[in-house]
Amino acid sequence: MTDTTTKAPERVEEQGKRSLGALLRATEIDTRLLGMVVALLVIWVGFHVLSGGTFLTARNLWNLSVQTSAVAIMATGMVLVIVSRNIDLSVGSMLAVVGMTMALLQAEILPDLLGFDHWAIWVISLAVGLVLGALIGGFQGFIVAYVGVPSFIVTLGGLLVWRGVAWAMASGRTIAPMDATFQLLGGGSRGSIGETWSWIVGGVAVVAIVVLLTNRRRQRNKYGFRLRPMWAEVGLGAVACLAVLGAVWVINSYPMPARLAQQYAEERGIVWPEGGLIIPLGIAVPVMLGLVVALVMTFIATRRSFGRYVFAIGGNPEAAELGGIKTRWTVVKTFALMGVLVALAAAVQTARLNAAVSGLGQLSELYVIAAAVIGGTSLAGGVGTIAGAVLGALVMQSLQSGMVLMGIDAPLQDIVVGVVLVVAVAIDSFYRRRST
Amino acid sequence: MKLRTRLLAVLAVLALVAAACSSTSDETTTTAGDTGTTAGSADELTVGVSWNNYNEERWAKSDEPAIKAALDAAGVKYISTDAGSSTEQQIADVENLITQGADALIILAQDGTAILPAVQSALDQGIPVIAYDRLIEDPGALYITFDNVEVGRMQARVIFDLVPEGNYVFIKGNQADANADFLRGGQQEVLQAAIDSGAIVNVGESYTDNWDPAVAQTNMEQFLTQNNNEVDAVVASNDGMAGGVVAALAAQGLDGIVPVSGQDGDGAALNRVALGTQSVSVWKDARELGKAAGEAAVALAQGTALGSVSGVVTFDSPGGNAMTSILLAPIPITQDNLNVVLDAGWIDAETLCQNVTAGSVAVCP
Repeated sequence: MTDTTTKAPERVEEQGKRSLGALLRATEIDTRLLGMVVALLVIWVGFHVLSGGTFLTARNLWNLSVQTSAVAIMATGMVLVIVSRNIDLSVGSMLAVVGMTMALLQAEILPDLLGFDHWAIWVISLAVGLVLGALIGGFQGFIVAYVGVPSFIVTLGGLLVWRGVAWAMASGRTIAPMDATFQLLGGGSRGSIGETWSWIVGGVAVVAIVVLLTNRRRQRNKYGFRLRPMWAEVGLGAVACLAVLGAVWVINSYPMPARLAQQYAEERGIVWPEGGLIIPLGIAVPVMLGLVVALVMTFIATRRSFGRYVFAIGGNPEAAELGGIKTRWTVVKTFALMGVLVALAAAVQTARLNAAVSGLGQLSELYVIAAAVIGGTSLAGGVGTIAGAVLGALVMQSLQSGMVLMGIDAPLQDIVVGVVLVVAVAIDSFYRRRST
Repeated sequence: MKLRTRLLAVLAVLALVAAACSSTSDETTTTAGDTGTTAGSADELTVGVSWNNYNEERWAKSDEPAIKAALDAAGVKYISTDAGSSTEQQIADVENLITQGADALIILAQDGTAILPAVQSALDQGIPVIAYDRLIEDPGALYITFDNVEVGRMQARVIFDLVPEGNYVFIKGNQADANADFLRGGQQEVLQAAIDSGAIVNVGESYTDNWDPAVAQTNMEQFLTQNNNEVDAVVASNDGMAGGVVAALAAQGLDGIVPVSGQDGDGAALNRVALGTQSVSVWKDARELGKAAGEAAVALAQGTALGSVSGVVTFDSPGGNAMTSILLAPIPITQDNLNVVLDAGWIDAETLCQNVTAGSVAVCP
């Protein structure tokens, strides 16, 4: 990418005014996403001030990352469901059924067959959960696509049915405890990847950013597309890399709680030093899981034919059908994928709580849909991004966690979250109308 | 044309539903009729029970056998109906039970307000009514329940004995549930003096949507963050939420160090009590409730006046009625009396002692 810039047929904004608009156009940043990031930062700083300086601490941000992961994982799937002009109201109840299944397997069924603490217990439980999620999701998708019942109705039925099934599976009992390895999926005291691995993950991300930017520039140049100015390219890369490394640094600044560090030292025969032992926990396992899911889902949504079909169906179902897309089968697949993601979230939730209860995931369908919608997914279909949904989930959880820190009680929290949901969508549609 | 077919379809569905409903109620009434054929005769008394939703496991497993046993002991007939969670059905059920010759009614109300006219009509006919477990706002009825304020007091007492001074966190139930405030009120009564003297500091208090353990866990994490882990005790209102609290404490290595309360006698919670990560689970034995209601129903059917039934107190209801009530005392289960739940057959030793170091508590040898 050394001598490329001069060959570009159209070069814009080379010496352009460095106004904000020009900057945005040159860097080709999604203004909607940028707006969300800014809003998130405002919320964070606001809570930091209002909570007397506890919000923007490494510990709270670490907590926040773990608390967000389950909803974020489901929201990535909800984007595709909503983009295809459908909705899934059953995710909370499905989460309860799948979570209950995985819990029963590892707490009551498998230990009898394999023996207590067998290494395969968590693998089998998780695998069964994922398959069950895909089946339930796929089944609902089948009714939507082939029987022709509106998804709102099918999944509204699912919301009732699966909640009842979850209750019936254990007659309302609490199933606990979870398998020791399975518990790592929930974060908790041992469920983090450690300082070194966190830096390695950060390093890999930085390399990936550089490679992707370079590659894209080479491709664009090859086919004679418009190129970003060099300064924009470098600036964008630098900001992205710094953000990644900054996030890893913040996460790594949260050390293991003193008591756990003590246990850790005892187990490994380390002498307890004066002033304690500082062992950074690193990125939590559910957060890693969430990041991987977000990346894979972005890849599926933007680079695979399946993802393009989903957007095509959402944009214009008739045209997509006439264009030769198997629209029905694609819809079934989006629901099945949603089910798999619900199963992953169920694993995170049950592992984190170290128990399964039939009320697990109540109201989470609303949080998941709200996250996707705050993240810019249009209920009219055809529009939405995975990154937006993850940011949406982060905004929602930030509001809730922040308000608990401030000592605001549940009823007022619900009011605030509800108002923010409507205002966010209102602002979004206002700007969308102006820009077209 | 199309409209008409659709209308027909809707009617057909309605007819089916109606048929299904009537057939289920037929079933219950026929079985009830079988047992109640002699109900009309003067020498035998009959007690009618109106369940709101018999599908919930608890009623069939604990409450009904206890009521039946109490009635059998007195030689009184038992008849019952199930409203299947329908308020309208329950009103019809109550009339049905009266027609079948019930001399006293035990009602587990689906809706404590909507049932009022039916209760009033029963009382007008001279048939005494027991409001079972759920309040019916009619001072003519006998209200039998566990004392929820006392549950709150018991939770706070156990925690207060362990931590007479320090930072307390309160994890309350669903804000829409009156019980959440009854519990919190009882807790406050016990701790008020210590809070006033400054020995106990309330460093965090929150309602929990739907009593959801996951929400309780998140709230607890935030309270720990906010107070830099300087939390000395947690008063959680039920066992599910206590589970969330213990998970949050475990992430900080504080499980088993910070006392936590609960209620319900959940298997998982009793296991935590044995493990030492939860200090108390207040247990309400549904069989005691059934027995008390059965015995009271017999007394009322025999013509005992409301105020003369043994064990009654006056309870001032939220609706402003002075209710004649029997308020049963729950049992706080701690490590010292785990044998109570074991001996009662409430839980098996395997569930209770899972992962518990042998010999660390008396019941897990």
